[in-house]
Amino acid sequence: MFPFSFEWIWDMGHVVFMGGLWYALTILGIGMSYCIIKAAMDACRGNDEHHH
Amino acid sequence: MKHKNAKKYGMVIDLDKCTGCGSCMVACMAENNVPFRKDESNKVLSITWLRVYQLTNGKPFPNTDICYLPRPCMHCEGQHEGHSPCVSVCPAVATDYNTETGIVSQIYTRCFGCRYCMASCPYHARYFNWWDPVWPDGMEKYLSPNVSPRMRGVVEKCSFCFHRYQLAKEKAFKEGRREIKEDEYQTACTQACPAGAITFGDLNNPNHAVSRMVKPDPKHHGRPTNPNAFRLLERLGTNPKVYYLSSREWVRRAGDNYLENEAKYKKTVHQG
Amino acid sequence: MDSALIPRGVKRCPFPQFILFIAIVGAVLLWGVYAMLLCWFKGLNQTNMNDFYGFALWIWADLAVIAVGGGAFFTGLLRYIFGKDDLKNIINYAVLIGFICYSSALLILAIDIGQPLRGWFIFWHANVHSMLTEVAFCLSCYFGVLTIEYIPLVLENRQINKVPFFHHLGHNMHEIMAVFAATGAFLSFFHQGSLGGVAGVLYGRPFAYREGLFIWPWTFFLFTWSAAACGPCFTILVTKITETVTRKKLVKDTAIQLLAKISGWMILTYSIAKTADTWYWATVTVPSLGQTLMDFYSNNPFYGIWILILEIAICGFIPAFILITKKGRKNSAALWIAVFLAVTGVCINRWVMVLQIMAIPVLTFENWVLYLPSWQEIATTILPLAYGVILIAISYRYLPVFPNEPELNPIETLPAEEEEAVEPSVELEQELKPAEA
Repeated sequence: MFPFSFEWIWDMGHVVFMGGLWYALTILGIGMSYCIIKAAMDACRGNDEHHH
Repeated sequence: MKHKNAKKYGMVIDLDKCTGCGSCMVACMAENNVPFRKDESNKVLSITWLRVYQLTNGKPFPNTDICYLPRPCMHCEGQHEGHSPCVSVCPAVATDYNTETGIVSQIYTRCFGCRYCMASCPYHARYFNWWDPVWPDGMEKYLSPNVSPRMRGVVEKCSFCFHRYQLAKEKAFKEGRREIKEDEYQTACTQACPAGAITFGDLNNPNHAVSRMVKPDPKHHGRPTNPNAFRLLERLGTNPKVYYLSSREWVRRAGDNYLENEAKYKKTVHQG
Repeated sequence: MDSALIPRGVKRCPFPQFILFIAIVGAVLLWGVYAMLLCWFKGLNQTNMNDFYGFALWIWADLAVIAVGGGAFFTGLLRYIFGKDDLKNIINYAVLIGFICYSSALLILAIDIGQPLRGWFIFWHANVHSMLTEVAFCLSCYFGVLTIEYIPLVLENRQINKVPFFHHLGHNMHEIMAVFAATGAFLSFFHQGSLGGVAGVLYGRPFAYREGLFIWPWTFFLFTWSAAACGPCFTILVTKITETVTRKKLVKDTAIQLLAKISGWMILTYSIAKTADTWYWATVTVPSLGQTLMDFYSNNPFYGIWILILEIAICGFIPAFILITKKGRKNSAALWIAVFLAVTGVCINRWVMVLQIMAIPVLTFENWVLYLPSWQEIATTILPLAYGVILIAISYRYLPVFPNEPELNPIETLPAEEEEAVEPSVELEQELKPAEA
């Protein structure tokens, strides 16, 4: 799973598979971080413009 | 990385010699600390690394013929080395193809028991530990110290007595040799067979008996050129390292599936 | 009692009735939990699996719930990426159903493995060439995506939404939901496919083995396709069941009809592809291995050729033809039949691709082996069903799962004497807006 696992090999299989995996995880991580940080900032600012 | 002088350990079983006595099975169980239960009658639950099948030609008396077929793990090579049905599917690299010996091993402490390898093996050579092993009182003292017993929830199978290979290598090393001799590494079943039906050795070494007996064709993944030799389910492209010998046509034919009226199997290269 | 938690503008049954319902289903759930604990503490000897059936009921259940849970990713893809706006009325429920299916699949896998405490090895010591590894990774990641998609709905609960942070969090997550949905579709494509690959790569098993494209056997594509085709049918089926149980119209017909139509075309194309695959496999692949199609279908009545006809013709082409015709999908009874058949079809496909593979001997001197699951296996398979019913009941009661519900069921028009419905003690707002999807 990580390059420091002893069975990790820098071959095409690992690069493609783990590349895809970490790419997806990065998007999810960044997306959620953005939402959480922005929500905290909005809450602090009392931003209520989209309230319905 | 592929070793220059890579070995390819394999087995040849002469079915015309096999009497079905079961010594090989017993020797295997004792050698490899194979667990057993009080009632071993349910054969889909009992662990038999080496299982002897009884085959019949299906003809009525007096033409009835019977053949006993011992079936260890085939240590398949696959279409390219290491692409055994089981090794290629194991999600946690818990079963390994050793390119130096051609032996397919099982890493018990790595296996988490998904059983995908069992689903992939057409020979049913893989067994799951549905229970923790329970040895009769005092028997644990007779277990082999060279083979680790397995815990519940993992898969196990014939290892071609790999520990014997390691012991032979150690002995050779102590004596200042790089290579081990043919008779220094023999499996328990080979030695136990009273009929001498099982032969074991390096298929890559033309001097070894196994090589001479089946004359494997390296251009076709070791397919035997001896007309009396065959491998189980040759057509699937699993390329086993266990060969069988029989002078009887029906026995050889029982080794694979054939279409009706199909005289002999035509070469089929199947993607593995 | 819990009226403060119930969304505005909708009616729910009295609290004691709700609790009674949860208790009954909860009893079934506990039965499953008991069986699960037996399997964990005593081992898989509690099952009727054996060395011929390394894969059995659980793996089928896993494949089936993931296939029918495919409605979530496909509806999300249509809604957020292809901009099918009508689907906003059903997307919440599709996500909830997907969430239940995927969490169930993960739970079943955790029971199924022989050494559950080593389950993480599949990630840590990953063999990237194994289809099962891909399944494990994509399945777990996609479960994360479904959780992300489900959270905003939870945050829309009336009380939770009052907390400014949660209110903003839910809003922000909605804003970038397309990114999550796209990632979910990407992950789904691979794990649905890999589940097909699990069987297709078994070159030692002629019944399962398929040729393919590069490293992917045809089953890889067929599984993704069938999940995308039949998943929405399951979403419709569960919606229909929910509407029947609640005796309310919950989703506008436009959403159902659109989903049914797309699903119909997907099922039709899938059925054609599946027929072609079966044809090629039966006439080229299998004979090259010395066997014939009927070798796999004539040993016992259970695995007769009927199962193939049922899967492809009756549960494939028939629902497809019903759903692609306007008349068919507009007819309530026909729609019910079509979605039921489609869901049955995909479940039969998964059954065949797990259980029948195990039943068929490959060695000429071995016999067919049939299998009956033990009660522990059945209980643990029903467990996710009970859990799903409970989660749906709770979500339906406390979350605005169906944005159309207040509009389709104005409280004034409901008969006052309706027994199971009690007016939530909230002041009725004039402009009842559907909750954001």
